[in-house]
Amino acid sequence: MARISIEQPSRRLLLQGVAAGGLLLALRLPAAAVEAAPEAKYGADAMPHGVVRDPHVFVSIAPDGIVTILCHRAEMGQGVRTGLPMIIAEELDADWAKVRVRQAPGDEPRYGNQDTDGSRSTRHFLQPMRECGAAARMLLEDAAAARWGVKREEVAARNHEVVHAPTGRTLGYGALAADAAKLRPPALEAIRLKDPASFRYIGKGELGLVDNFDITTGRAVYGQDTILPGMLFAVVARPPVFGASLAAVDDGAALKVPGVVKVVRIEGTPAPAKFQPLGGVAVVARNTWAAMQGREALKLRWNDSPHAGYDSEAYRAALTETSRKPARRLRDEGDATDALAKAAKRVAADYYTPHLAHAQMEPPAATARIRDGACEVWTSAQSPYSVRGEVAARLKLPIEKVTVTCELLGGGFGRKSKCDYAVEAALLSQAMDGQPVKVVWTREDDIQHDYFHTVAADHLEAGLDAEGRASAWLHRSVFPSIGSIFAPDPKHGMAFEVGMGLQDTPFAVPNLRIENGEAEAHTRIGWFRSVLNVPHVFAMQSFAAELAHAAGRDQKDYLLELIGPPRQIPLPQGTEPTQYWNYNEDPRKYPVDTGRLRRVVELAAEKADWGRSLPPRHGLGIAAHRSFVTYVATVVEVAVDDQGRVSVPRVDVAVDCGFFVNPDRIRSQMEGACVMGMSLAMKSAITFKGGQVQQSNYTDYEVCRIDDAPREVRVHIVPAGIEVPPGGVGEPGLPPFAPALCNAIFAAVGKRIRELPIAEQLKA
Amino acid sequence: MTAPTKLQVNGRAVTVAAEPDTPLLYVLRNDLALNGAKFGCGLGQCGACTVLVDGQPVRSCVTDLSAVAGRSVTTLEGLGTADNLHKLQRAFIAEQAAQCGYCIPGMIMEAKALLDRMPEPAEAEIRNALADHLCRCGTHNRIVAAVQRAVREG
Repeated sequence: MARISIEQPSRRLLLQGVAAGGLLLALRLPAAAVEAAPEAKYGADAMPHGVVRDPHVFVSIAPDGIVTILCHRAEMGQGVRTGLPMIIAEELDADWAKVRVRQAPGDEPRYGNQDTDGSRSTRHFLQPMRECGAAARMLLEDAAAARWGVKREEVAARNHEVVHAPTGRTLGYGALAADAAKLRPPALEAIRLKDPASFRYIGKGELGLVDNFDITTGRAVYGQDTILPGMLFAVVARPPVFGASLAAVDDGAALKVPGVVKVVRIEGTPAPAKFQPLGGVAVVARNTWAAMQGREALKLRWNDSPHAGYDSEAYRAALTETSRKPARRLRDEGDATDALAKAAKRVAADYYTPHLAHAQMEPPAATARIRDGACEVWTSAQSPYSVRGEVAARLKLPIEKVTVTCELLGGGFGRKSKCDYAVEAALLSQAMDGQPVKVVWTREDDIQHDYFHTVAADHLEAGLDAEGRASAWLHRSVFPSIGSIFAPDPKHGMAFEVGMGLQDTPFAVPNLRIENGEAEAHTRIGWFRSVLNVPHVFAMQSFAAELAHAAGRDQKDYLLELIGPPRQIPLPQGTEPTQYWNYNEDPRKYPVDTGRLRRVVELAAEKADWGRSLPPRHGLGIAAHRSFVTYVATVVEVAVDDQGRVSVPRVDVAVDCGFFVNPDRIRSQMEGACVMGMSLAMKSAITFKGGQVQQSNYTDYEVCRIDDAPREVRVHIVPAGIEVPPGGVGEPGLPPFAPALCNAIFAAVGKRIRELPIAEQLKA
Repeated sequence: MTAPTKLQVNGRAVTVAAEPDTPLLYVLRNDLALNGAKFGCGLGQCGACTVLVDGQPVRSCVTDLSAVAGRSVTTLEGLGTADNLHKLQRAFIAEQAAQCGYCIPGMIMEAKALLDRMPEPAEAEIRNALADHLCRCGTHNRIVAAVQRAVREG
């Protein structure tokens, strides 16, 4: 069944299918294709190719003692090339100064899952990388004991050498490496891990990023930077409207541009196209500029698309309309209808968030070369094995005949999980008889042909009793689904989409109903950092503050009251559509724990000195959420001047991500999430008219600049022992920012924001 | 075919055969294999391609090759050496100012130009100088801190 899916991982969707079989039904695969679901698997075990912990795969030691550790996950700024090797080095008891990190190629059967999204790398690989490093250390100890002819128990590794305790003899790792390389790794149950109390790297935050030197000296190589002898450069003219095919091309003028070598048609794939390219016309040239000039000179005619009527204004009205009507119920506790009818006070609000483009600083790029029936790809990809799968499928090659060299990512945020650009490069190399071709996406290509963050309308209603307590809570969300790129448009949210800030509403309200209405996708929808948590949490956490206001209560106190007492929320298990996804983690290991949510709220409030006196037109706002099994609360201080200009002097973020490896990277991810949150709250929106994206570059798709970013972000990390399993860090900082900002704006100037971006809404 | 263009890049005399209207960025990256300057937007909007031309910061994606004929271009690769990093490079490392690092070359080159004309800028002057440089990872405040450190440590 899911084998095909597993070979071409599409992250959350297919994982869901693997785990529960539920998705397969949702995708309307033939029933015969569905095998009996095996015992539910969670976390890393449920990921395609799972985990590999073999030290011979990840660790090599040279005679001079230099330890080379492979990082198999994609580096996009989160620091994984420092974090995972650090875990191995810790258990290996290596001297970090003698450690080098190399990037593994895309090869999941060899390295385990490489699909770097979902804030999973540390969460899934902390334990296997510890085991890998410890096994490597034990092999060195075995080699030393054998060399000396002494008992195994008498030797122990200590900072890059093995010591024989009775005699004080030592052998360096380099001297033992050749012997150790011949030994079989210990069985998993025989691996002896370090006592966490003796950790010297993990949890300390004292090791800098391994790529800092390369980054600051211009040596760092990203997907845009690949250089191969004799390479050609290409840009692609893609359909201006999603789903439009090419009717005619006149390439006469393009071919006259000096440097242009060839014009190549790329066939699009009918929807659902997953990660296959949109199609279009490529101009291949001897340099990037000639390719761009050639594309300008193309005369193209496109056929009509069924999505030519996509208009964001009209679509918004329709989404909002739908959000006000009863829809598919995902959670239904008590009787929300009755409780609303009997409430002393009723509150209702509609929230709207637009499509977003990822707009990572490095636009997509990939280089491919085909020789002797094999295709080599160099690119920045979050999921390099999916690059291999998609390229192999398109070129009709066995996957073994496709290799992927993983370059650094100049930002990812979900965009580079989708490898359409790498398939384009492979097709163009094929069209050029195997010559290396680098496909470069311009910023315009990136903004106009992204897999966009979905657009959403959220309708909320609540009933308050005479004391202002919430007696009823209704949240109905409507958005086009990411499922539409993988299967015929499901028109409802997939389990992973409704599991992000909708089903998992953490409030202790006796009558609670969660619904998801129907919406049709008219463009490519893809996951964007934090995914559906962004709209759902904006709505949920803004509405919580609206209720506080309606009840005449303090936002923070009211939020804690809504969350209720510390407990584990029992969320629906079973099958779609009501099964709770839980980031595909075992609910016994990672329950929804309101005690931890309360703690981050209380910590953020305490550190922010909640209630402190502020200048006029300043305000504090708070929001909190568990996502990617990590708990974050954010307090924003905002200032709104009399012209309606917004600035953020200070943010306090409290994060409980369980046990952690690299606290400086937790801080940096939270800092960055606040800046991205500021961008999406204040500025960014992708809109469509006549099926076409109306924005094209940073001129009209705006993101935060240095002078409008939050001025100070203080990050407060909840300490945790190794017994608290690690949560994600890359994404959970984002969802609470926008509602905390908007709650602060309300506190500052009394204006309630229900639509993002804020843009001109506060202007006088 | 137009006449080749002569210029200095990182102290080295080079002759480039590209069309004179080719933006300097593509000449650096395609013809000279210098990838320090990054392609970010192609419109002078993001600053990732910033290099120095006769000491002045320019957006190489919107600067024609013909405009730099006979002039001296410095890219990130021309700043400091592996054994002796420039103070800005050291400071960016010390502050752990990078996440993905793609904006960093432009940030450092812009900061270099700033410190060359104003050795001890105030924080507001640093922010002002970097105001037109984008960073999507959101390391803005660490970048400011790195420039301040470079000023402090010299």
